[in-house]
Amino acid sequence: MTEARLYLLQRGSAMLLAPLVLIHLALILYAVRDGLSAAEILDRTRGSVAWALFYGLFVAAVAVHAPIGLRNLAREWLAWHGPSVNVAVLAVGLVLLTLGIRAVWAVVGGGA
Amino acid sequence: MGERTLAVEIWRGKEDGRFETYRVPHRDSQTILDVVTWVQRNEEPALAYRFACRVGMCGSCAMTVNGKPRWTCRTHVSKVAASDRVRIEPLRNLPRIKDLVTDLTPFFEKWQTARGRFEPSATRADPMAPVSPESPGRKAADAGIECINCAVCYAACDVVAWNPDYVGPAALNRAWTLVNDERDADRAGVLKAVSEAGGCHACHTHGSCVEHCPVGLNPTAGIAGLKRMTLTALLNGRLS
Repeated sequence: MTEARLYLLQRGSAMLLAPLVLIHLALILYAVRDGLSAAEILDRTRGSVAWALFYGLFVAAVAVHAPIGLRNLAREWLAWHGPSVNVAVLAVGLVLLTLGIRAVWAVVGGGA
Repeated sequence: MGERTLAVEIWRGKEDGRFETYRVPHRDSQTILDVVTWVQRNEEPALAYRFACRVGMCGSCAMTVNGKPRWTCRTHVSKVAASDRVRIEPLRNLPRIKDLVTDLTPFFEKWQTARGRFEPSATRADPMAPVSPESPGRKAADAGIECINCAVCYAACDVVAWNPDYVGPAALNRAWTLVNDERDADRAGVLKAVSEAGGCHACHTHGSCVEHCPVGLNPTAGIAGLKRMTLTALLNGRLS
């Protein structure tokens, strides 16, 4: 049952990430058209609820998707089984979530 | 001109063992099982191998031939040995007993783990269940029902090699036929069993089982079906 739930979470987060990554890549191409500066980025993102939601969702999806994939890799390629692998990938997920939220806050918080 | 012969390397021993080479006379329409039998009867009486029907029905004689798992009774030498060299080993992913014989116990235990057995919903006193051959469930079950339990797919599967819990293509193919069999009394139990660790969600869809299945089944499609069915059950709260 848990395996089915993890499978659903990983596939579901992948479906979310597919369009988000494309938008993110398109944004990079758009943002660097006149050179790239911190001021320009912050001008676009500060106080923007839309970008906060977009990258907040991005971070949440990554924090769900990546640890489940790492868990599969650890079990199949490193033969790492048992509860310790779950604790380890949960920690990776929390680190990704914390760093991600911190980064999102850094670009959308503080302004406007 | 001398008789054309094959250079046949056969695994001797258990996990620790070695290849021994035998010269075997080439014959027209010769199968790999014919070659092994010739060696056992003429060169190596102690050679251990397993076969029964010799006509591709019983699933006993599977071995690794030139690196690929095959049913040896239906594998012609001419199809697999381009250079008159044949290397014959036991099936991969299974404990070795002796020479070409593997222990199939884990293979069949995993069928039980995947709940790959029919649970009757009626007794012999009940009338025969009317099942339409045209119903989608019956068609899906029919597509996977001819498995001969030869373990070729199990030996071909890389996920089985990586993950000792993975029940493998044959067990999941059997489970897929059961969840589509309206006469089975515990189809929810099958879905639950294949949703455990090592169940259908561990499959990477490599398709080696499809590639090597000697009777042309498609376990990968059945496993994909199990993934869909278990996710639907999970979302509907029926997978507790």
